[in-house]
This record gives sequence, structure tokens and C-alpha cells, in this order.
Amino acid sequence: MLKIEDLHASIEDKEILKGINLEVKPGEVHAIMGPNGSGKSTLASVLAGREDYEVTKGKVTYKEQDLLDLAPEERAREGIFLAFQYPVEIPGVSTTNFLKTAINQIREHRGLEPFDAVSFLKEMKEKMKLVDIDQSLLSRALNEGFSGGEKKRNEVFQMAMLEPTLSILDETDSGLDIDALRIVADGVNKLKTKDNATIVVTHYQRLLEYIVPDYVHVLYNGRIVKSGTKELALELEEKGYDWIKEKTIA
Amino acid sequence: MSLQENLIKNFEAFEAQLNGHASQPEHTTRKNALEAFKTLGFPGPKNEEYKYTNLQKSLEKAFDFGKIGAEASITKEQASKYFIPKLDTHKIVFVNGKFDEKLSSIEGLEEQVVIKDLSTAFTEDSEKINKLFSKQADYKKDAFVALNTAYSLDGSFIHVPKNTVVKKPIALYFVNDASEGQSFNNPRNIFHIERNSEVTFLEDFNTEGAHESLTNIVSEIIVEENAAVEYYKLQNNKDTAYHVGTTQVHQERSSRFSAYTFTLNGAMIRNNMNIVVDGEGCESNMYGLYLINGNTHVDNHTEVDHIKPNCVSNELYKGILDDSSHGVFNGKVFVRQEAQKTNAFQSNKNILLSDTSVMNSKPQLEIWADDVKCSHGCTTGQLDEDGMFYLRARGLSVESARALMLYAFAVDVVSSIKLEPLKEFLQNLISERLQNDF
Ligand SMILES: Nc1ncnc2c1ncn2[C@@H]1O[C@H](COP(=O)(O)OP(=O)(O)OP(=O)(O)O)[C@@H](O)[C@H]1O
Ligand SMILES: [Mg+2]
Repeated sequence: MLKIEDLHASIEDKEILKGINLEVKPGEVHAIMGPNGSGKSTLASVLAGREDYEVTKGKVTYKEQDLLDLAPEERAREGIFLAFQYPVEIPGVSTTNFLKTAINQIREHRGLEPFDAVSFLKEMKEKMKLVDIDQSLLSRALNEGFSGGEKKRNEVFQMAMLEPTLSILDETDSGLDIDALRIVADGVNKLKTKDNATIVVTHYQRLLEYIVPDYVHVLYNGRIVKSGTKELALELEEKGYDWIKEKTIA
Repeated sequence: MSLQENLIKNFEAFEAQLNGHASQPEHTTRKNALEAFKTLGFPGPKNEEYKYTNLQKSLEKAFDFGKIGAEASITKEQASKYFIPKLDTHKIVFVNGKFDEKLSSIEGLEEQVVIKDLSTAFTEDSEKINKLFSKQADYKKDAFVALNTAYSLDGSFIHVPKNTVVKKPIALYFVNDASEGQSFNNPRNIFHIERNSEVTFLEDFNTEGAHESLTNIVSEIIVEENAAVEYYKLQNNKDTAYHVGTTQVHQERSSRFSAYTFTLNGAMIRNNMNIVVDGEGCESNMYGLYLINGNTHVDNHTEVDHIKPNCVSNELYKGILDDSSHGVFNGKVFVRQEAQKTNAFQSNKNILLSDTSVMNSKPQLEIWADDVKCSHGCTTGQLDEDGMFYLRARGLSVESARALMLYAFAVDVVSSIKLEPLKEFLQNLISERLQNDF
């Protein structure tokens, strides 16, 4: 579904990604871990189409297309979803407000009839239950004054609404209390099918107990320096990153 | 002959057609105003108040003023297409500044309330008028007020006696007929609202025909004790329409006044919104929204003069500028020594959508009292990139994302409108504009 080959990306002439290789197949869950500043969010942003980053080398193929050719909205319509590490505040725009336009533009792209007000509401209700989010939050200005946990829950709610093929969850677990974590993880698991895939970026093994990854990768200094199965996460939790850093230098 | 000389020369012709009016006391005021205009001259670039709005140059370039008051004819169909849909109002239509009875309709007006065209009022109510005319707007200070005062024969006199609620808003539609030649007019309004009364005014400006038009309007509004006035000014005019307007408000004890200025199009527009708060316990609101592109130039000058204690003034102006448009905001707030416990808030926020659009924003607070709460903030920036990316990453097209963000930026000014049909009309107009033009 997704194939990243030797991806290099820079911002303001500073190279952040220095040759990423990763392949994600339908039905798989990949976890990406790694120390602060190693480039995890950068990778997520590049995949979502953020134009501030310049791809200097490499190739990303998504569903047999050159992903890097697509505008962010085209990627979203093709089923890529990024749950932001730091969801932005947009004064005056509520979730309900933009989501209806978003869904219908996505549906149009996929050759589906647009939702009318009734079916949109029905869909909303269903997905609200899934992540246990309150209607009042969705009517408020996006992320304005939201608590850390509310922001993350809102991201997963949107993911549920947009039914992506490839979800990238960038530290969606940070800021969630243990109950919220379980609800959000349950939500993600319920949305899982054999046809879609998930990339979870996290610092904590805790999340991976709920969302069980098929593969765990360690991103360090712009490269994936180690890959393994879920046991790798346990090892990292125990030993930290120093042993990997040392090995990379050596 | 310069524009100024031309206008001065034209005054003789204007005087000649005054007939009976020439003997009236207000005629002295007119002559004095013309003298003031001669002294002041059109404001050039050196005039601090018109620093960014060089009307002298623009008017010289656009107008010849060869013949003022060319024959105008606006049909009922032409006029009514400008009426705000679903808004039930008394309609007073002015064509090239002159009251047009055929096009106007005043139905179900409360007894005692007077709506008259100014020239009739000068004759019929001369005693009343002479106490009010040119008592608020100072022609010695501003050339355009002077010019308006010198030429003012047309416009309206609206008198709301005490304890009267005028149910329907009073809408003044100014339609310029510039189909046969340039149109230049100086309408003058006098709104006198006595104590405990309530009324809503709407001033709307439009132009027919392809030639340039210049409206130089002055509205003097007296809001007596405990009266409440809402005042809407709507400018969605042609690219050839120039506008200079002064709204001079005098508020007395415990009165409420709210002004809303919406500027969606025009050539060059200068709005002066001046409020003198001359009584305790008053509330004054000024809202403004300008949405401009092309070469449109919009200058909003506002002034709140707090003379007495315990008053609140609140000001919010927002602008979205595209192409080579130019916006100016100047907000003066004076808090005099006696005006303790004043709360004065001012905010001006702008979004520039292009590299060639310009915004000059200047707050000017002068506070002599010590026990006051005043705040002001001016921001001018681009559309928020992070917000744009977020919405696009959710599947929204660039156009939709932009329209949504801009609408959200502008909407709080519109939301404060109390007339539902007008609110709806403007919401639709603005969201359409944001989806198409910008
Ligand atoms: N706009 C920018 N200008 C300069 N450097 C940037 C910019 N954005 C990101 N970087 C740098 O790129 C590097 C990678 O950042 P990134 O956010 O991808 O890290 P991360 O792995 O997600 O870290 P964390 O675990 O803290 O979320 C950091 O050193 C960061 O400072
Ligand atoms: Mg990160």
C-alpha cells in the first residue's frame, strides 16, 4: 500500500530525513519510535503533504501512485489521514463545520453521493459513540481551549469519520489519561480492517499494549536504524535509546 | 481650472437655484462653510488625517465636475434591486442625493415621528432645523464636511420624539445615476432621537451607470438620554464609486449607540465615524468589516471622545484585503480627565491575501483620566498556514479551506448584527464573495 524508498527531506536547507525506507501492507500496524527530534513528525508531515518540507531525494508510492505528486487534499481523498501531534487551533471553525465539507469532497472524489444533513448527523452520532466524544466539543472552535486529551480524541473522531486507508497517528497517546487511552485505542482497533493500515508514532510501550503493532521501527537522526516486532518496544522501554545510538555511531 | 476652483465657482450656480432658501438662516452657515472649504482646501498628502488617503489626487484624476447635478432618472426596478431582501423597512430613496418620493415608501410609521427630505424641512421646520443643522459636524475642521455643509440642500431630517420605539428600521438608499455623466452629491442627514426612544437606521450606497460617482455625505445623529440607536452603513458599490462620509454622533446620558460599517466594494472610500460621549452611563459600539480586492481603497477613521465618566466603548474592525487593495484604519479614543471609570476597547485585525495589498493601521489613545480600563490591539497578517494545511489534510480543497478560514475570521463582526434578515443577507454575500472572488 505504501512504499517509502530512500526518502530525504529538508526544511530551510537543514536535512531532517536522511534516507527512510519503509513498506506498509494492507492490514498492518507499524509503530515508529525514537528520541525527540529524530524526524518522526517530519516523516508524518511529508507523507501528509506539508509543503514546508522539501523532498530532496527518494520516492513514495501509495496505492500505485507517486504520493509526492499529490496535494495534501488529494492525499486525504485517497485515504491518507494524519492525526496531528499538535492539532492546530482554528478560531471560528468548528469540527462539525469543516467536517461536513471535508467528507462530501472526499465522497465526491470517491464517486459517492454527498451526505445530506440527516445522514451526516447519523454518521456523526455513531462515530461520536465510538470515541466517546461530546457533541458540544465538536461545535466549539477547533481545538481552541481544548484540553490536551480533548484535542487527541477529536483527532481520532475525525479519523473515524473519514474512514482512511492509511492512518498516521502522531503521538496520539500523549496527553491522554489511562481511560481515554483505552477508549481511543479501542476506537482505532474497531476501525481496523484487513484493507487499511496504521502507522503509530509513540514514545510509550503502553499504547502498543492496546494497539498491537506488527512491526516496530526506531527512527534516529533521520533514518530507521532498527526494525523488529513488538518485543523491540519492550526492550526500548527498558533500556532507552542509548544502546541504539551508540550502535549507529559505531 | 482645479477641482477646488471648479467647486467654488459652482457654488454661485448652486446659490442661484436656492430660491426661497437663500433668505433662510442656514444660508449663512452655507456661506461660512464655503469660506472654510476655501481655506482648508482638499486634503493633500501633508494632511495628517488623510495621510494614506490622497483624495485630492484621486478626485482630481477621476472627476471633472464640469456640470454638477445632471438629470438623473432611476426606475423603480433599478432602485428596488438594491433593497435588502426580506428586510421590512421604511424606504427612503435618494437619487444623486435628491429625495425621490416615487421610489420611497413609508408605511405604518409611528405617529409623531417625522421623516422628511431636508429641503422641505428647511422650509417647514426651520426653527427646529436651525438648532440642529451643522451643530455636530464641524466644517472648520474637515474640508469634506465644509463642502457638504456648503452644498447641503438634500438629505433627510428624521425626528423621533421621546418615548417612541420605531418598529421598522429606516433605510436610506442612496442611488447614484452615473449613466449620462459623472455624479457628485452632498447628502446631509439629521437624525434627532429624543429620550427613551429607539430606532434603527440603514444607509446603503449604490451606483447605476458606468461613469464615476462621488458621494460626500454627512449624517448628524443626536441620541438623547436613555435612547438607543443602531446605525448600519452598507457599501457594496461599483469600482467607479467614490465615497466620503462623516457620521457625527452626539450621545447623552445612558444612551446606547451601535454603528456597523460594511465595505465590500468601491473605488476610494473614506468613512469618518465620530462619537462624542457627552453623558454618564453610555454604551458605544463600532463594528466594521471591509472585504476588498482590485484597486479598492478603504479608509476607516473612527473617534470616540469620552467626556463623562462611567461609559463603555467597544470597537472591532476587521479587514480582508486582496490584489492591490489598500486599507487604512485609524482609531482615536479620547478619555478626558472627567471621564473616570471609562472602559474603552479597540481592536483592528487584518488579513492580507496578496503581496501587493497594503494595510495601514493606527490606534491613537489619549487618556487623561487615571481610573480607566482601556485596551487596544492591531494585527495584520497572512492567512494562517497551519490552519490551511490542517483543513487540506482533512480533504478540503484550497478554495474551501480558505473560504472557511476567512469566513470564520470575518463572521464575528456579522454575528453582532441584530437585524436577522440583514445578517443573513450579509452572511450569504460574504461567503459567496469569499468562495468566488478571493
Ligand atoms: N520549521 C523548522 N525549522 C527548522 N528545524 C525544524 C523545523 N521543523 C522541525 N525541525 C527540526 O527537525 C527535527 C525533527 O523534528 P520532528 O518534529 O520531526 O521530530 P520528532 O521525532 O517528531 O520529535 P518528538 O518526539 O519531539 O515529537 C528537529 O530537530 C526539529 O527541530
Ligand atoms: Mg513529533
